[in-house]
Amino acid sequence: MTNTEIYDKLKGAFGEKIGEWHEQTGSEYMKRMSSYADVTDAGYIRDVCLYLRDEPTLGFDSLLLLSSVDNGDNTLSVVYHLEAREKKQYFALKVTVPADHAVVGSVTDVWSHANWQEREAWDMMGISFQGHPDLRRILLDEDWVGHPLRKDYKYPEFYRGMKVPY
Amino acid sequence: MAEVLERSMQTMPVPVKLLPAEKVEPNRLRTEEMVLNVGPQHPSTHGVLRLEAVLDGELVIDVVPFLGYLHRCFEKHTEAMTYPQVIPYVDRMDYLAALSEEHGYALAVERMMGIEVPEKVEFIRVLFTELQRIASHLVAVGTFGLDTGAFTPFLYCFRDREDILEMFEKTCGARLLYNYIWVGGLSHDLHPDVLGMCRAFVKKNRATHKEINNLLTFNKIFVERAANVGILKADVAINAGASGPMLRGSGVKWDVRRDDPYSIYDRFEFDIPVGNGMFGTLGDCFDRHWVRMCEWEQSLNIIEQILEKYPQDDKTDVQKAVPKRIKPAAGEIYSRVETPRGELGYYIVAKDNINPWRVKVRSPAFVNLSLLPIISRGYLMADLIIILGSIDIVLGEVDR
Amino acid sequence: MGLLDKHDNPFDSSNIVITGTDTLINWARLSSLWMMSFGLACCAIEMMAASASHYDIGRFGVIPRPSPRQSDIMLISGTVTLKMASRTKLLYEQMPDPKYIISMGSCSNCGGPYWEHGYHVLKGVDRVIPVDVYVPGCPPRPEALLEGLMKVQEKVRKQSLARTAV
Repeated sequence: MTNTEIYDKLKGAFGEKIGEWHEQTGSEYMKRMSSYADVTDAGYIRDVCLYLRDEPTLGFDSLLLLSSVDNGDNTLSVVYHLEAREKKQYFALKVTVPADHAVVGSVTDVWSHANWQEREAWDMMGISFQGHPDLRRILLDEDWVGHPLRKDYKYPEFYRGMKVPY
Repeated sequence: MAEVLERSMQTMPVPVKLLPAEKVEPNRLRTEEMVLNVGPQHPSTHGVLRLEAVLDGELVIDVVPFLGYLHRCFEKHTEAMTYPQVIPYVDRMDYLAALSEEHGYALAVERMMGIEVPEKVEFIRVLFTELQRIASHLVAVGTFGLDTGAFTPFLYCFRDREDILEMFEKTCGARLLYNYIWVGGLSHDLHPDVLGMCRAFVKKNRATHKEINNLLTFNKIFVERAANVGILKADVAINAGASGPMLRGSGVKWDVRRDDPYSIYDRFEFDIPVGNGMFGTLGDCFDRHWVRMCEWEQSLNIIEQILEKYPQDDKTDVQKAVPKRIKPAAGEIYSRVETPRGELGYYIVAKDNINPWRVKVRSPAFVNLSLLPIISRGYLMADLIIILGSIDIVLGEVDR
Repeated sequence: MGLLDKHDNPFDSSNIVITGTDTLINWARLSSLWMMSFGLACCAIEMMAASASHYDIGRFGVIPRPSPRQSDIMLISGTVTLKMASRTKLLYEQMPDPKYIISMGSCSNCGGPYWEHGYHVLKGVDRVIPVDVYVPGCPPRPEALLEGLMKVQEKVRKQSLARTAV
């Protein structure tokens, strides 16, 4: 199946919850690996992912990567890169939420690896995932203040008595 | 050799099933779980990783990994650097396979900008990436042997690794972290001595491969320690997004070089080795080790094919296609390559600027490490170290 | 009759050596500096290459020990992050005197390539523990590490028991 067919099938199943299809122009690779479908409702992401995993013709059994992006205009995005290993099919979804109320549904019970990926998104970008069994920081210490990958992050002066800048 | 091994396999004991605590007289024995802290400074955690092992005697009930002791803020650095300046930082993530990381990043930016590199550059890139794969597997096999208690394979592996590092040093001046593969080309042309050194190296290395097989792989002690330990089923591996020898050791034939080909890998013939439960169950630590040993041999085959087909008389400048200004148009891409640890992916978001807007790395070691709690329940404490060694992590990549 | 009566000029032959206590003890100490293997990042690979057969740090008498309580030298090879800094200090305090610290690589000397934007990188391990020898490089060659080790040996050679006792 091509990416546009998958998008049409998804749109048919979920209607308004799926937004536009963004396709990149350029080479064949760009069209295949850079296009993504918007998901408009952040709470529904788990149902969309379950559908993508369990539907027999789709079968996306592997979550490659869960990236978080700060768009710079006070919104944050979470991008889900999915793969159907047997069919060698790739697909991407994107959810955008406002920066001061960044809550997205968790997909931990769909793909087991999403557990650590979502913890990293929380740690670095401050996006909290509803339904995550254990949402705490994974790379930084528990007493770290702030979410470093946000564009408006201020570097700390001192941390536990150690001077941080050069 | 095979008959001796078969006879000894028949007398090899099945792993002992420990009695659960209730079966022992409950009045006499009072047991409780103990939390043992492993790391961050530990000879066999392959870097600064901390594990909290919840033990019942010697039996592992649960393992909780704690990461972040080597978090070097790579992703924040990429937002402040220009596209070419990111390449030395990319090296330092997976420092055992630095050229694979550079290749992945350069490929991602080239795909975004639509740059075609000259054929000679592709040949050199594939040659060096395969040599880097062998160098990385040498360290993986050597340190895995060290985890089981075998010291000699470590020395033999590092002896051969020095030959590879000498070839790299002659070409680009660095032994470990190269800044060699640039966006659109390479930093230096291949040194004229390197092809001859490579031919001699391939011959010598095939002998070392056989030697390590005899010394370590088919060694009864090693087999008893690594077989039937840390079994990873194929569907669990796929659901968790595992890749590389971790996935192939469970029998799934997935390799980015074959299934999503890049560069000129489609011109070479090579096998994709998978685990086959040779000495134990499919998906155990021995299978992952076996996949690495076979991949090492396949890389030697690819290098021989490159040496035959290399365009000797091609005098193109390796920096011919390097653009003066690297400024991709606004857009994003997910691009991946196969490193010795698995599938390395780069998600780059560009906003028509000389700095990337966001670079997110899909690190194979991070994904594979998340499987550790699942595959090590119910084994002994000593087996936990073997399982960790068979995953082959590099903390620079896990923590970025 | 003793050793002095055996030859015509006992002080001429090579059976008796006269030297200071300091020289003798320092010679013994510098020939068997045991190292704590504290490999943090990329420099650890060069440390391993130095311990392997090609460069062979063992011929200097250096044996890698797993525990800080059994070692003379701590070789800080790699980036020290803020999370790791408190553990490094703890390990330093666990080592018995006399101890020597070699800071190997650019990251532990001064923060390395992460000096400008690294919010979680300690800019030089000398912000938490005192360092004896700095080995520059990124990563330093095994020969550079051996030179750093020889500088520590020079330092040991010049130390004196008598002065510290008084």
